[in-house]
Amino acid sequence: MDKFIANLTDALSNSALWAEFRAGIWETLYSTIVATFVACILGLVLGVLLVVGEKDGVRPLPAPVMRVLNFVINILRSVPFLILMLMVLPLSALLLGTSIGTLASIPPLIIASAPFVARLVETSLREVDKGVIEAAQSMGCSPFQIIWKVILPESKPSLIAGATTAFITILSYGAMAGAIGGGGLGKIAINYGYYKYNYAVMLIAVIFIVILVQIFQSLGTWLAVRSNKQLTRTRRRKKRKSK
Amino acid sequence: MIEIQHLQKTFPTSDGAFTALDDVNLTIRDGDIFGIVGMSGAGKSTLVRCINLLERPTSGHVVIDGEDMTALSPKALREKRRSISMIFQQFNLLMQRTCLDNICFPMEIAGVPKAKARLRARELLETVGLPDKADAYPAQLSGGQKQRIAIARALASNPKVLLCDEATSALDPTTTRSILRLIQDINKRLGITVIVITHEMAVVEEICSHVAVLEHGQVMETGTVEEVFSNPRSEAGRRLVFPDGVSLDQFPVARVVRVVFNGGSSYEPLIASLAIDCGVKVNILGADTRNIDGKAFGSMLLGLPQDNTEAAKAMNYLKSCHDVTVEEVQDYHG
Repeated sequence: MDKFIANLTDALSNSALWAEFRAGIWETLYSTIVATFVACILGLVLGVLLVVGEKDGVRPLPAPVMRVLNFVINILRSVPFLILMLMVLPLSALLLGTSIGTLASIPPLIIASAPFVARLVETSLREVDKGVIEAAQSMGCSPFQIIWKVILPESKPSLIAGATTAFITILSYGAMAGAIGGGGLGKIAINYGYYKYNYAVMLIAVIFIVILVQIFQSLGTWLAVRSNKQLTRTRRRKKRKSK
Repeated sequence: MIEIQHLQKTFPTSDGAFTALDDVNLTIRDGDIFGIVGMSGAGKSTLVRCINLLERPTSGHVVIDGEDMTALSPKALREKRRSISMIFQQFNLLMQRTCLDNICFPMEIAGVPKAKARLRARELLETVGLPDKADAYPAQLSGGQKQRIAIARALASNPKVLLCDEATSALDPTTTRSILRLIQDINKRLGITVIVITHEMAVVEEICSHVAVLEHGQVMETGTVEEVFSNPRSEAGRRLVFPDGVSLDQFPVARVVRVVFNGGSSYEPLIASLAIDCGVKVNILGADTRNIDGKAFGSMLLGLPQDNTEAAKAMNYLKSCHDVTVEEVQDYHG
């Protein structure tokens, strides 16, 4: 305990450490944002295919294609992230010339989270009322128009909420990546806390991660609720309170 | 004109094929308001979905203005659907769009320039009586208002046919009436053929000119509303027209006659005239009559007096009345 307090007072006054934290926050943010952005695009495409491509979907795809798609997504989702990361690192080396550092952790993050995002998107898109899709069909919408003008806009609030969840999951994956050479707050926490028994620094790193999660979750929820025209003003206020 | 020919629709289920529509034949003339009525599960919704091919019939044809819907290519079908609008029980509005944008939607799909579409959408808001709801979202509207927006949206593509699938079933009676008035008004002013799917006879009575009674996927009878209401020929038709049956209560009478009103003036007091003109008192055992456009339809069960001459007098009087048929009920067990 005495050691912890000594570490803490030392950490709070150590300007070199604070520079490290600043860099860590920045690395965490940018790897998370880039990975989330790419994973969301991939996940959106895959999620749309999963929903519209099924047998009674808007644009049915051949059954074998759907089976392969589902199989690949399930496989990628069932491999634990740390192991998947190790497996994908050679790809980073190939693409970016390095398998160490913040940049190198981005391709594995994308590959690990895109299937997860695809399932989130799938869930959101399935929430769109079948009747509304039927109405669009009765007006002569093409499958593409239904996807672009009905399904995606109607599920926008839910998609925003899903993107928030994805962001936070990728943030925690990114922290895990610190264990195998990734950068950011995760690396600081593991290096100090696990290798040097400096729990005070680890605690501070964790607090920063928690603060980041809180900020992005609040922002995401706020955006999702604000964009949802299905909620009337009073219900919106209530919903925000309950979150 | 819409011709439905030998329409058959079966759905595969875990225990064999389920026949939703069984050799349905109907002809719907331009400008009619045609009711398709039946209990739930009769196949009404499947039938209306087969008209715009949201549901593809297993066999048979749907011919609209000489064009066989079942033979169209996907692209040609989408094109054709723009002239057949549809409104639904659950309204099916786009919840994330304003009312104005909802009404613009079919025009957007058809490639109408945005400014022109918005102008037309505002006109349609006037037509359905909600000019101030342009910027409101559907979640802020009542059920009746949502259906009005759905009707405006349905009219945006200048359709020739309007399909109404239980369009008033989620609404209260007053709102139902006002929506039916609006549909009737649209039919009269724009000459749009309307097909009304409903389980409520009252809806048919209110606005339809022709009606088909559907049961177990088959058309049991079809005709003008007046024909079917005055004299339903099928069991299913009778059940719908007189849902509670004509009750035979216990009365001490010798003879029972059924008087059927075939659309005479509902303002002529038949029973009172009988009492005054012949001095015969009859017992009303049961009645189910309704007023359609000022004409009386339905039937009444009368118990005639014990006295034979009085009973005969009453029979003769009733038989001489216009637009009334009289028949003696043999199997009446009082």
